[in-house]
Amino acid sequence: MQSASKRDVRWSWAIVGALVAFMAAFAAGCGSDDDSSGSSDEAQQEIGKTEDELNLVIWAGYAEDGSYDPKVDWVTDFEKETGCEVNTKVGNTSDEMVQLIEQGGYDGVSASGDASGRLYAAGDVQPVNTDLVPNYADITDALKDQPYNTFDGVNYGIPNDRGWNVLAYNTDEVKPPPKSWDAVFPGDDYSGKVTAYDAPIYIADAAMYLRDHEPDLGITDPYELTQEQFDAAIDLLKDQNANIGEYWSDYTKEIQAFSNGDIVIGTAWPYQALLLQGENEPVAFNEVPDEGATGWSDTWMLTEDAEHPNCWYEWVNHATSPEAQAKVAVWFGAAPANLKACGLTGELDPAYFGTADHCDTYHADDEKFWGQIEFWRTPVSDCGEGREDEECVTFDDWIQGWTEVKG
Amino acid sequence: MGRRLAGLFHGRPRLQAGTLLAAPLGWLVIGYLGSLVVLLISSFWLLGELSGHIEGTTLEHFDRIYTEGVYRAISLRTIGVAAAVTVTDALLAFPIAFYMAKFARPRLKSVMVVAVLMPLWSAYLVKVYAWRTILSEDGALNWVLNPLGLHGPDYGLFAVYLVMSYIWLPYMIIPIYAGLERIPDTLLSASSDLGAPPGHTFRRVVMPLAFPAIVAGSIFTFSLTLGDFITPELVGGSTQFIGSVVYDNFASNLPLAAAFTTVPILVMTIYLLTARRLGAFEHL
Amino acid sequence: MRLSARQHFLLRLSAFGVLAFIYIPLLIIGIEAFNEARTLTWPPPAFTTEWFQRAFENTGARDAFLYSLRTAAIATTIALFLGSLAALGVSRFRFFGREAVSFLVILPIALPGIVTGIALNSTFTKVLGLDLGLLTLVIAHATFCIVVVYNNVIARLRRLSTSFEEASADLGATPWQTARWVTLPNMRTALVAGALLAFALSFDEIIVTVFTIGVGEETLPQWLLNNFSRPQQLPIVNAVAVIVILLSIIPVYLAHRLTREEGSAAAPRGGGAVAAAEATAAP
Repeated sequence: MQSASKRDVRWSWAIVGALVAFMAAFAAGCGSDDDSSGSSDEAQQEIGKTEDELNLVIWAGYAEDGSYDPKVDWVTDFEKETGCEVNTKVGNTSDEMVQLIEQGGYDGVSASGDASGRLYAAGDVQPVNTDLVPNYADITDALKDQPYNTFDGVNYGIPNDRGWNVLAYNTDEVKPPPKSWDAVFPGDDYSGKVTAYDAPIYIADAAMYLRDHEPDLGITDPYELTQEQFDAAIDLLKDQNANIGEYWSDYTKEIQAFSNGDIVIGTAWPYQALLLQGENEPVAFNEVPDEGATGWSDTWMLTEDAEHPNCWYEWVNHATSPEAQAKVAVWFGAAPANLKACGLTGELDPAYFGTADHCDTYHADDEKFWGQIEFWRTPVSDCGEGREDEECVTFDDWIQGWTEVKG
Repeated sequence: MGRRLAGLFHGRPRLQAGTLLAAPLGWLVIGYLGSLVVLLISSFWLLGELSGHIEGTTLEHFDRIYTEGVYRAISLRTIGVAAAVTVTDALLAFPIAFYMAKFARPRLKSVMVVAVLMPLWSAYLVKVYAWRTILSEDGALNWVLNPLGLHGPDYGLFAVYLVMSYIWLPYMIIPIYAGLERIPDTLLSASSDLGAPPGHTFRRVVMPLAFPAIVAGSIFTFSLTLGDFITPELVGGSTQFIGSVVYDNFASNLPLAAAFTTVPILVMTIYLLTARRLGAFEHL
Repeated sequence: MRLSARQHFLLRLSAFGVLAFIYIPLLIIGIEAFNEARTLTWPPPAFTTEWFQRAFENTGARDAFLYSLRTAAIATTIALFLGSLAALGVSRFRFFGREAVSFLVILPIALPGIVTGIALNSTFTKVLGLDLGLLTLVIAHATFCIVVVYNNVIARLRRLSTSFEEASADLGATPWQTARWVTLPNMRTALVAGALLAFALSFDEIIVTVFTIGVGEETLPQWLLNNFSRPQQLPIVNAVAVIVILLSIIPVYLAHRLTREEGSAAAPRGGGAVAAAEATAAP
C-alpha cells in the first residue's frame, strides 16, 4: 500500500479543517437562537377540537392506564371519551423531566416546584387559562397562585396534588420504628443498606437535618444555603455515602431493592412503600420524622410547542375531577388538590387500597401540617427576604456537589 | 448510455474511487465526525443559571473535569477498571482461544467457536441484568456462598469489574483465537523439533505472534468499559464512572457532559494509535 | 506443539471452565424464566411456562420487538449499501487516506457508545433541529453498522482476485456489467453475513439508542431496561430475555456458516466472521 504523499496529507487536513469550521459555524449559529426566558404569549382562549393524542412527562403512577393492574385505571375512560390517546413517559427526577421537555415532543408535564421554575425561565412552558378547566374552581386555594405555578402574576399550570418524602423502612430489620432522620444521617447502624434519592435536590434533606442538629450553622431555608451551610450538608452526605447501598431514582429499583433485602431504610415516596405493602412485604413508613420532611407540589404544565393543547386541557380537567383525584391520591400516596375527592377515597375498587380517611391521613386540608413541609424549589443565588447581604449557592453548584457526594 | 458513463470513468481511478466512496465517506465524515465536532464545541458553552440557554463560551467545564478531585477520581477509576477488565479478559481468553485454535479437533473447534460467538450477540442487557439478580442479597451467588459463611460482592466497584469482565470476554476470545489460528502449526512443531520445551515455545514463538491479536481484542474491552453507564447503573451501587456522570449530566448540563467525553475520546485515540503501531489493526 | 498430559489436561480444564463461566449466568436466566414465583426467588420453588405465554401477549414487548425489527431492517439496508461501497472503494483503488478510511469506519464502534450517542443527539436536536424519531434512530444505527458490513466485504474482496474483473472488462463489459455479473455474485455471501451481523448488532444495541430514539417509542432492549425492575413485569422480562437470546443464535450461526465456507474448513481468516464478530461490540 502506498503511503500518502505530503501533498495529499495536507489536502486531507484542509478538508478536515473546512469541515470543522463549517460545523462550528452551524453549531454556534443554531445553538443560540432560542427565545429569551419567560414566554410572553397569552394562554389560549377556548378549547378547540381535540387532537388524537397527548404526550405527557409524568411522575410514576400519575396516569395509570391499567397496564400495572387492569383495575387501576383512570386514563382509558378519558381516552374513550375524548379520543385523545395518552402516551406517557415517566421522569424519575425533576432534572430528567426538564431534560425531556427540552428535547421536545411532549405536550405536558407534571412538574414539581424544582422543575417548574426552570421550565418557566427557559421558556419551555406557556401560560394556562384556568377558566378552561372547570374543575379548577374546586381546587384548594392553598395550591392556587403559588410561587411554583404562577410567575409574574400569570398562571402556568393546574395543581394536581402535594405530598412529602417519607422515611421508609423494613419492619423486620429496623426496630424500633425510627422517629428521626438520624437513622439515615449518616446511617451507620444500617451500613450498606441505606438508600437515598439520587438527585441534587436531596441536599436539602441533609440541610434540613442540620437545621435542627447543628443550629450554629444558622440554616433557615434548606433550599437557600450559604457556602458554609452548603459545605456542611455536603460533608454530611459524604458520610452517608459510605453507608449507602444504592441510590434510587427509578422507583421500581427502590421497590426491588427493598423486596430483595438489599436496602432496609431510606427516603421514599409513599408510592413505593404502598406498592410494597400491597405485595405483603414488611415495609412501613414514618409520617414525618422529628426534623421535618421535604415535599413537593405538582402542577400540570403545558409546553410552549405543544402539538395537542386541546387534549391537554381536557386531560387536566379530567385529572382534577373528584374521581381521578381520588384515584391518583390513593394510588400514589398524596393529598389531592381537589378536596371533593376526599369523599370518594373510601369507595374505590379494592385494587386501589383506598381508605375513607385518606385525606385525613394525608393532611389534605391541614395547612398547619404543610407549614412544616419544605417544598421542592430550585435554589437560586438570591437568598430571599431578610438575607439580602448573603449569597446563596445556585442549583448548578448543587448538581456539582451531588456528583462530589457520590464520589 | 452505460457505455458513455463507462468511458467517462475509464482510466480515471480516482473518479471511480471517489464515486464509490462519496456516499459512505460523506455519511461518516459529515455525519459522524461532524457530530463529534459539534459535541466538542458544545463543551465550551456557558449556560444561563436557570434558563439553561447558551450565554457565551467558557473553559470552566474543562477546568472542572481535568482539575477537580472528584472528576479526576472518576476518570482514574474508570480507566483503572477498563485496564483491569482488559487484563482479566486477556488471561481468561487465552487458554480457551489457544485450545480452540491448536488443540481442538475440527468438529469440536467449530462447536466451540459458535458457542463463544452466540452470547456475544445476545442482549448485553440480559447479561448485566442476569448478574444483577445473581449478585443481589437473595440471589444465586449468595445462595451458594452463604452456607459457607461467605457473602458475595455487593453492588459496587468490584461488581462492575466482575460483570464487565464477563460481558466483554467473548470480544477478547475471538481475535486471539483468530490470531493463534494464523500461526502455522509447522512453526510450532519446528520449535519443539529444535528441542524447545513447550514453555519456551510458548514464550518465544506463540506469545509474540499472538500479542497483536490480544491488543486488537483489548481495543474493545477498553473502549466498551470506558463509556458504559448501564452496567454501573445496574450493579454499581452508588459508584460513579465516566459513563454514569456523562449520562447524569447530559440532562442538565450538556457542556459538562461533553467536556467529560473528551476523556474517553482522548484515551481511545491514544490507545488506537498505539494499537495500530503494534500491528493490531491487521487483526481486526 | 506437544504438551505433557498434565499440561494438556489443565489447558482443557481452563478452556471449558471459561466456557462454563460464560454460559452459567445465561442458564440462570433461562431457569428463572420458568420460575413460578413472581419475585424470582432463588432457587425456584416451582416451574411454569406461563411467563412465555404472557410475553407473547404483552403489547409493550410486542410493539418494542416490532420497532426493533423495523429499525434493524432499515439500518442494515443502509449499512449494506454504504459498507459495501466503502469496501469496494478501498480494496480496489489506491488513493491518499486509504488507511484513514479503515480507521474512520471503525471509529463509531471503537469509541464508547455514549460518546456516539451524545454527539448524534446534540447534532440532531441542537444543530439540525430535528425531532428524535425513527429517522434519527436509523441514522445512528446505520452509522455503527457500516463497519460490520465493511469488514466482511473487504475481507472477501481481498481474497477475491481482481483478475476476474479485469477479464470481464477486457471482454468488453462496462463497469456496471462487471459489477453485476462478476463482483457482486462473488460478494454475495459476505454481504449476507454482514447483513445478518449488522441486523443482530442493531437489534441488540441500547446505549446509542437511548440518545437517538423518538418520544414514546422503545426498542426491545429498551423495553427490557424499562421493565426489568417493575414488579409486575419481572418474570415476563426474563421470558423475553430468553427469547431474545434464542433469536440471536440464528443470525449468528448462519453468518458463521456463510463466512466459513471459503478458505480452510478450520477457521475464518482475518476479516470475515472474526472482525465482524468482535466489531459488533454492541452496547
